[in-house]
Amino acid sequence: MSKLSNLFMTVCAWALGIAWILPLLYAFWAAFHPAETATSFDLTAPLTLENFKTAWQQAPFLSYMINTVVITLMILIVQLVLCTLAGYALARIEFWGRGVVFALILMQLMVVPEILIVENYQTVASLGLVDTYLSVGLPYFASAFGIFLLRQTFMTVPQDLENAARIEGCSRLQIIWKVYVPLARPTYLAFALVSISYHWNNFLWPLVVTNTENSRPLTVGMAIFGAPESGVDWSIVSAGTLISISLLLVLFLIFQRQFVQSFMNSGIK
Amino acid sequence: MKKTNVIQAWLLLLPALVLLVAFTHLPTIKTIWRSFFSIGERTDTGFVIDNYQYLWEDDVLWQVLGNSFWYLIGTVPTSIIIALTMALWVNSKLKGRSFLRLAYFTPTILPMISVANIWLFFYSPEIGLFNTVLGWFGHDGYNWLGDPEVALTSIMVMTVWKEAGFFMIFYLAALQGIRPDLYQAARLEGAGSFTILRRITLPLLMPITLFVLVNAILNAFKMVDHLFILTKGGPNNASNLLLYYIYENAFSFFDTAYASVLTVLLLLILVLLALFQFGVLERRIHYR
Repeated sequence: MSKLSNLFMTVCAWALGIAWILPLLYAFWAAFHPAETATSFDLTAPLTLENFKTAWQQAPFLSYMINTVVITLMILIVQLVLCTLAGYALARIEFWGRGVVFALILMQLMVVPEILIVENYQTVASLGLVDTYLSVGLPYFASAFGIFLLRQTFMTVPQDLENAARIEGCSRLQIIWKVYVPLARPTYLAFALVSISYHWNNFLWPLVVTNTENSRPLTVGMAIFGAPESGVDWSIVSAGTLISISLLLVLFLIFQRQFVQSFMNSGIK
Repeated sequence: MKKTNVIQAWLLLLPALVLLVAFTHLPTIKTIWRSFFSIGERTDTGFVIDNYQYLWEDDVLWQVLGNSFWYLIGTVPTSIIIALTMALWVNSKLKGRSFLRLAYFTPTILPMISVANIWLFFYSPEIGLFNTVLGWFGHDGYNWLGDPEVALTSIMVMTVWKEAGFFMIFYLAALQGIRPDLYQAARLEGAGSFTILRRITLPLLMPITLFVLVNAILNAFKMVDHLFILTKGGPNNASNLLLYYIYENAFSFFDTAYASVLTVLLLLILVLLALFQFGVLERRIHYR
């Protein structure tokens, strides 16, 4: 009985697993087959790379990809610096109003930047920054999530280490850099992976503030490329899709353990 | 010494605070202000409540709120139950569980826009995968995205697919945190698998369930990317959601004032959610 129910569970689990990667499997199928066989699932159909060539020629994927990489890395680096400084101050310096400041920061966990697109667009426009990398990053640079995560981690660092460093003559910034940053490495990795996958995939805000391929990331590019009005067929859209997710997918497959672990840690703390 | 400490603290916080105030707090206040002091794109109107009056008359808004409500009811419990089931499977001794974990988690890291393009094909009426499969059983299939009766459900199915793996991760972390001796003790007492699940595992997963619940609700209001690809809120607003409606008003109809009113509405919903979280959830989470 128990064996039977176990088998049943395994079958269900696998069925669900296959259903869950089906869209990805299909994208691979369609991308490597000519348009006529993309919808027929004939196993003997010839393979082709033609779709990738066409997709690559029809949309400026290279610019999109460069934009996405630059935007994602820019946001990550600025976030790491700002969140480290703020997280340290909140974790280790006592000052009047600390609780209030912390509460104000945490507000961003609820009122996420996506919700304020109308007003933030006005701000970016009045600064004359529409259609720049900077405009895509600005609302995300100060990440409440990152500050919170690093504050929690920094609070677990023994105070003695900081005191010892101070006696050695380290300044505040040196203490952060030499004591706190190395000890919080797992938190940085977790935050980095979450941030990268978030901003690689982000769509609504980049859609609002980018106008041309000078700053448009892959997601916005894909939305234009895949639109039915553009008249491309399934095979080519699939090829484009694979191009757009390739870098992230490779990164994910290489670091899958860290990815899963990072998402776990970041949720729990 | 103490004074320099305080100055240093504020200096360290300054860059993050300036950006947070400029892109979270000020816009929140300005949204409320704009909703009372402008009409359309005009800002020289003085105090008006026309925008709020229009809220009541706007049939589309009520439809959108209804959609958002059903979207919430349809996606949140389903994704949580599937996520929990996935986590239990992946955490047990099933064959190939590392592959399954990978499979379940993959939709989470893929861009919504890209995968929506693939789902667009699944849902397409003539050649789409779903209708082809239904055709094998002699069914005529549905116009998944074109039929007002079905469109929102189709959107929900894709949302559950995208979200479940993400929530699974939180459950997985919680499951791995349950002390094994609890299970051993229960087994010694002669408890079966189902009793253990009901009496030990599920109660211990309550705090994380509440955490996931809040995040899932927040996501239900935040997640509209797939609408841009699949339905654009249509047909006839049948699958339009609040945030998408805000986007439409601001950037397609250029009615910034009304978009601000709608944003205020969304902010109110989030405040309620926050009160729920701190009022109800925090108290329960700390029971251990």
